[in-house]
Amino acid sequence: MTTTETPDILPRILDYSNRADPYPLYAELRKTPVALQEDGSYVISTYRELSGILHDPHLSSDVRNLTHPMPAMEERATPSFINLDPPEHDRLRRLAMRHFGPPHTPGLVTGMEPDLTAIVAGLIDDFAGKQRIDIVDDFAYPFPVTVICHLLGVPREDEPRFHVWVNAIIDSIDFNPKTDPQEKLDNGVQATKDLRHYLGGLLEQRHGRPGDDLLTRLANDDGPDGRMTDAEIVSTANLLLIAGHETTVNLITNGMLTLLRRPDVLQRLRAEPDLVVRLVEELLRYEPPVHIIPWRAAYSDISVGDTVIPKGSKIMLMLASGSRDPERFHDPDRFDPDRRDNQHLGFGSGIHLCFGGPMARLETQIALTALVRRLADPTLVTDPPPYRPSPVLRGPIHLLVDQN
Amino acid sequence: MSTADTLQGFKRDGRVVIVGASLAGLRAAEALRDEGFTGKLTMIGDELGEPYDRPPLSKQVLTGWVPADGTTLPRRRDIDAEWLLGVPADGLDLANNHVRLADGRTVPFDRMLISTGVRARPWPVEAEAALDGVFVVRTREDAAGLQRAVAAGPSRVLIIGAGFTGSEIASVCRERDIPVTVAELAPSPLVGGLGAMIGEIAADMQRAHGVDLRCGVKVTQLEGDAQGRVRRAHFSDGSTVDADVVVVALGGIRNTEWLRDSGLAVGVWGVACDAGCRAFDLNGLVTDDIFVAGDVARSPNPMYEYRFISLEHWANAVEQAEIAAHNMVSTQANRWPHLSIPTFWSIQFGVNIKSVGVPTYADEVVVTQGSVADHRFVAAYGYQGRVTAAVSFNNAKWLDHYRQLIERAAPFPPPCPTPDQPLDAKPVPVDFPGPTLLAQGATVVVTGHDPGERRVTAMRQHR
Ligand SMILES: Cc1cc2nc3c(=O)[nH]c(=O)nc-3n(C[C@H](O)[C@H](O)[C@H](O)COP(=O)(O)OP(=O)(O)OC[C@H]3O[C@@H](n4cnc5c(N)ncnc54)[C@H](O)[C@@H]3O)c2cc1C
Repeated sequence: MTTTETPDILPRILDYSNRADPYPLYAELRKTPVALQEDGSYVISTYRELSGILHDPHLSSDVRNLTHPMPAMEERATPSFINLDPPEHDRLRRLAMRHFGPPHTPGLVTGMEPDLTAIVAGLIDDFAGKQRIDIVDDFAYPFPVTVICHLLGVPREDEPRFHVWVNAIIDSIDFNPKTDPQEKLDNGVQATKDLRHYLGGLLEQRHGRPGDDLLTRLANDDGPDGRMTDAEIVSTANLLLIAGHETTVNLITNGMLTLLRRPDVLQRLRAEPDLVVRLVEELLRYEPPVHIIPWRAAYSDISVGDTVIPKGSKIMLMLASGSRDPERFHDPDRFDPDRRDNQHLGFGSGIHLCFGGPMARLETQIALTALVRRLADPTLVTDPPPYRPSPVLRGPIHLLVDQN
Repeated sequence: MSTADTLQGFKRDGRVVIVGASLAGLRAAEALRDEGFTGKLTMIGDELGEPYDRPPLSKQVLTGWVPADGTTLPRRRDIDAEWLLGVPADGLDLANNHVRLADGRTVPFDRMLISTGVRARPWPVEAEAALDGVFVVRTREDAAGLQRAVAAGPSRVLIIGAGFTGSEIASVCRERDIPVTVAELAPSPLVGGLGAMIGEIAADMQRAHGVDLRCGVKVTQLEGDAQGRVRRAHFSDGSTVDADVVVVALGGIRNTEWLRDSGLAVGVWGVACDAGCRAFDLNGLVTDDIFVAGDVARSPNPMYEYRFISLEHWANAVEQAEIAAHNMVSTQANRWPHLSIPTFWSIQFGVNIKSVGVPTYADEVVVTQGSVADHRFVAAYGYQGRVTAAVSFNNAKWLDHYRQLIERAAPFPPPCPTPDQPLDAKPVPVDFPGPTLLAQGATVVVTGHDPGERRVTAMRQHR
């Protein structure tokens, strides 16, 4: 394997003008599976190398292990488990998982099915009489937000307030000191503080009260690992709120866009609703909501193929590129809902495998089935649609559709 | 006729016989059909009923969560086979290519798969083994019987042998608050499969869960009452234990007796075959028509210096079955070797134990991640300075990394620290007990030349 500098490809991927179709650039990038950048960081873009390093215990998620510290997102706040290594990561994730899935809370996600179906039906009912719909604003955004608010126990009425914060945070996730104004970072830092403060306020009311939402359960329930501290609960809720906000919106929107571009598949889904399970898997490979894990740290020297990434280096993982690697997937640029052996990197892999994956899958399955069943002859108004700024969490900011 | 034509003809209307209708047999049958074999397929099995899965028998079935007859193996496709069930094969005639059944019938074949697995090693004293309340666990009938006995609330269960099966059963009994004694000849539980260091951890785990664990002792006698029910066990150190249920978990015996006069290379460790699952004959020649898969197979593994390895692992049975099926219907140039790295799992005392590689092929072991005290860790095994295996306790997500280290023959001990590396991570000798102890519940056997096996005799047969 060669490790050479690829000075121009990464900046082009990050450049907004290539947001609508970064895939040819990914193909270019994959020619150098482990690419050393000018600033000493490493970009990994091939499936084999990505899945290897995602399972490598020398890869750290904790910024404190970087030789050159990142521009500070926030000071002294408790990191959420996505930014921690074992054993803290394992403990916090386990504590959160107690209330979210098996073995302690089996059936939580499947049990949500009737509610999800009802929310989706309500949103689509509102399309009646409208000729033009924005799949994002009218559907793909309000749906998961309603769900995550309900699940966490965050009042839905507060949504306009935290929408602003979440957007500012997302905006700053891929902050690049070279090209971005400091203001972008400052906004993100302030928004994180505000959101944490807000969640902390909600949490205070929860102590000592029975209840079924996640905040209440985390505040009151003791398991074998003890209880989370308030700071830990706030950072966990913060993480789940943001992740539950952005990713599913993009997955549903990317899904609808893909179907509108492939009317044959759209027709097939209408006739064969069971297809949706595999179709969503293929979507997670073909148009995933998370394109990049923007940084990880080499805790000690990491061997990837023939390259040794030195301790303390910053590592960028191009997940969406890995899922389109022809060395791993036959005809990778073809959207094929019948694909077998589809072990995509859509939810990452290893110990940080997406916590909300089962829920995101179900939400998207229900959303897409209902959309294709109930939208009469939908047509895409602009192709490509306008995209959100972020290259990391990539998706259309609006998706206008006309129906008959 | 060219070899390719012959093969096409065989694929179209040849005859395949599979002896041993369980996990490996069923998966091989499915794979054969997937590979386009449309000829006649016969499944011979000495058990009645459809093929079923065994791992749940000492876990979910014993807790009563899944009924014993609820472990039927899923059918992944229709195999359109003739099933000869409830009758064992008792001979193989290679001169005429047919299998003899115990009821006198003969079944002709063009190609055959041996997947007769292992059976439970019974308590050696027949009269004592026959006492009411004495169990082994290999079949679903065994498991159903033991489940009923455990559900009846025995005053104490004695488990003889602390390998994986014995330990799992002890765990289920403790979960139900039943007093348990575990007797093990080796110095600690699981030591035959995972070595002394993990053995000690397993011993702590058992004791912490209230198991009365007695190591380094032998059960010398099982004593019954006038009704023929087991009541007490005597130990080599002179002590006794009163128990009304006794589980004999002394590992397995490979079902190879029926092949004794077949001319194949058969011994206590199984039927020897090449890396492509083709059986060897007594002279060490590879056969063309006889294939072997699953617990009964013993094959050379290139990752482990081509030593012959016998595995009693679920995943191995599945993989070998698929390789054997493929090679049965492929030309020489298209045959596959079975190169994969073994994996194994077990669940006991709330801990998910998983391994990758062959831990018995090691001289040193080191805890590389996590905390032994919390029963959440990974330990890597090394042989002469390279990584050969890893075991995780409640930490299975990391094992893919160790699989890669094994594939690359990465240096042992792994040089780079991880964030959760224990401070005192120092390699220690792996320390496996000798082969006599190993026979009592090992799940991996690595063999070179074994003088205890039947000798190879040069013989020239005129066929
Ligand atoms: C209680 C228990 C728990 C286990 N737990 C685990 C686990 O957690 N993880 C894991 O990896 N593995 C586990 N295993 C091992 C796993 O079940 C075996 O590796 C697997 O069953 C091997 O499949 P096989 O088809 O090779 O052999 P088997 O399943 O033993 O099947 C062989 C079949 O051949 C039949 N037979 C034998 N002789 C003849 C004859 N002469 N004629 C006709 N038929 C014959 C037998 O009756 C049997 O039906 C467990 C096994 C047991 C018993």
